[in-house]
Amino acid sequence: MYEKKAKIMNSLGIHARPASMLVKLASNFESKVELEKDDIKVNAKSIMGVLMLASEKGCEIIIRAEGEDEKEAVESIVELIEKRKFDEE
Amino acid sequence: MKNKIIRGIPVSPYLTIGKAFIYLPKDTTLRRLKGGGNIDGEISLFENTRKKSLEQLVELKLELKKLPSSQPAKLIDVQILFLQDPSFLEDVEKRIRSDGESAEGAIINFLESLERDFKDIPSSYIGERYFDVKDVGDRLISNLHNEEDSEEVKMGLKGSNNIVVAKRLSPSETVQMKNSDKINGIITELGGKTSHIAIIAEALNIPAVVGVNGLLDEIESGDEVIVDGISGIIVIDPNEKTKRRFEQKEKEAKRIRDEFFKGRELPATTIDGYSIDIAANIELPMEISCIKKYGAKGVGLLRTEFLYLTSDSIPDEEMQYRFYSEVADTCSPDYVIVRTFDLGGDKIFKTEIKEEANPFLGWRGIRFALSNEGIFRTQLRAILRASAKGNIRLLIPMVSTVGEMIKVRRIVGEIMEELKTEGQSFDENIEIGAMVEIPSICLLADRFAGVVDFFSIGTNDLTQYTLAVDRGNKRVSKLYDHLDPSVIKLMKMTVEKAHQNHKWVGVCGEIAGDLVAVPLLIGLEVDEFSVPPSFIPQIKNVIRGLSLKEAKELLGQAEKKESAIEVRGFLKDELLKRFPSLKDILVEDEK
Repeated sequence: MYEKKAKIMNSLGIHARPASMLVKLASNFESKVELEKDDIKVNAKSIMGVLMLASEKGCEIIIRAEGEDEKEAVESIVELIEKRKFDEE
Repeated sequence: MKNKIIRGIPVSPYLTIGKAFIYLPKDTTLRRLKGGGNIDGEISLFENTRKKSLEQLVELKLELKKLPSSQPAKLIDVQILFLQDPSFLEDVEKRIRSDGESAEGAIINFLESLERDFKDIPSSYIGERYFDVKDVGDRLISNLHNEEDSEEVKMGLKGSNNIVVAKRLSPSETVQMKNSDKINGIITELGGKTSHIAIIAEALNIPAVVGVNGLLDEIESGDEVIVDGISGIIVIDPNEKTKRRFEQKEKEAKRIRDEFFKGRELPATTIDGYSIDIAANIELPMEISCIKKYGAKGVGLLRTEFLYLTSDSIPDEEMQYRFYSEVADTCSPDYVIVRTFDLGGDKIFKTEIKEEANPFLGWRGIRFALSNEGIFRTQLRAILRASAKGNIRLLIPMVSTVGEMIKVRRIVGEIMEELKTEGQSFDENIEIGAMVEIPSICLLADRFAGVVDFFSIGTNDLTQYTLAVDRGNKRVSKLYDHLDPSVIKLMKMTVEKAHQNHKWVGVCGEIAGDLVAVPLLIGLEVDEFSVPPSFIPQIKNVIRGLSLKEAKELLGQAEKKESAIEVRGFLKDELLKRFPSLKDILVEDEK
């Protein structure tokens, strides 16, 4: 298992478009990927799960994966959130 | 032969005859909650329905990609992902296999529990996403019913000459409909002159009548129906005599229109040599081709709300820049007046604006922009950058105080500095004007002249605010008429003060497209008319048959009338005396 924290940087949080990007990215990996915020855990390959987290700007989420490509999965999601800021800014 | 006549509001001045096609919202009422033992049957029904829905959404996404905004296509992604969501698929399968639910019951129960979860989300922006899910849920249920009804004849647009009959049409339905060449006319039970369907129907030259009371009780699918977008008359199941009369009227209207069309490139100059500019009002990308086609001298009003209406988030700078540049480039060297977002009131902006008790007196136009400076600055940046591509002018809506224009000028100045630092080019002398919609501007026009480069009179709102009438409210809408002597007086004050201060004045409200008002506006010596493109040839034709001298005399007499009805009657008589052939294309007064 591999996990990392990431902070939401884009101003509108994980709304529809970023959520779609995150789910599409997570679905590329074999590993089971989950997101956790305030003790709520959701499947990162589920659009509803990701929207349900209601992650707004400034909040921190944990990205956790288990499987053969777990490290790669977590790192690329962290990059999408923190570095690319969902290509919004 | 019923030959039943009903009336509505004419919004697009063309005529047609065709077969009624009743457009109903999707059938999503629950039929069956329990599965009845055939588990594999329910599973495969769900799978087929899901695949069908996915195919439709992918197709819709491709369609939406053709729009200038990338947002609508991206929003469809959420729905596509929903249909592939593992937790959705697992939950539905469990409900069918273990709980004995039908495919339909499983979908509906899943959506209900999802709705409860979404309602708990505090962020309204994300909570709104439930509506995307609801939308895809409705699609699933409707497809599921279709799958079950496969033997039944499915209703759809067949052949040509369809008259779409609907309770109302939403912006997205309107956008979808625009691509169909099978639609010859549109009739809706709700809606008014400024509804979206009205704007689009007119842009596409499709005859349309809206606001027809009791429409759906009168008409049946397949009925032959006449749509007269000039008088607002609809004839259901017309007899031969009515049809002949109608065909005659259609032929005559077409002949006159063709005659006017020939003169579209001629200048709008009166007999005694007074010239004005006739520009086009446009909003949709597909209208760009109409600018040159109808002989417009540039664009006097480029509405930008469309960019919002087809998506529900903020269009980015690049996307806006591309749209404004394309219009500027098409019109160059003529000007394009871009009006900044006029949101609020009757416009849709569901993710940000909470309901207001008095939206027309509320947070809209420049008031909204100045308290959402981020959105406003993005738009101003896009407009300023596009000003390097052609002749662009900037127009600010809903201005009520001089202070607002001073603030706008300060922000524009700051953005210019920003662009300079970035090495971006723009027109440093871009003209900045204010919409004249609120009487306060007319009353203080001399002071406003110190902070604007031009005025653009929007008579729709000016009339509403002067007479305190909501034209959408049937109980009082009769009081609404832009020919009211009070509105004429306010326009006169504005033009006089503007000209004394060497500022020019345009008129972009409906009055500019109202043929009987042409002599009035010429008499007022406004510098520019901006109208829907297809109106241009006929307006130019009227102007070329008038003299400034007689227009001033007509204005003088109209000013003395006591009511809008008197003004209108007087001007109509005078116009028909000079142009008898106009009687076939003048929109008849609402009774």
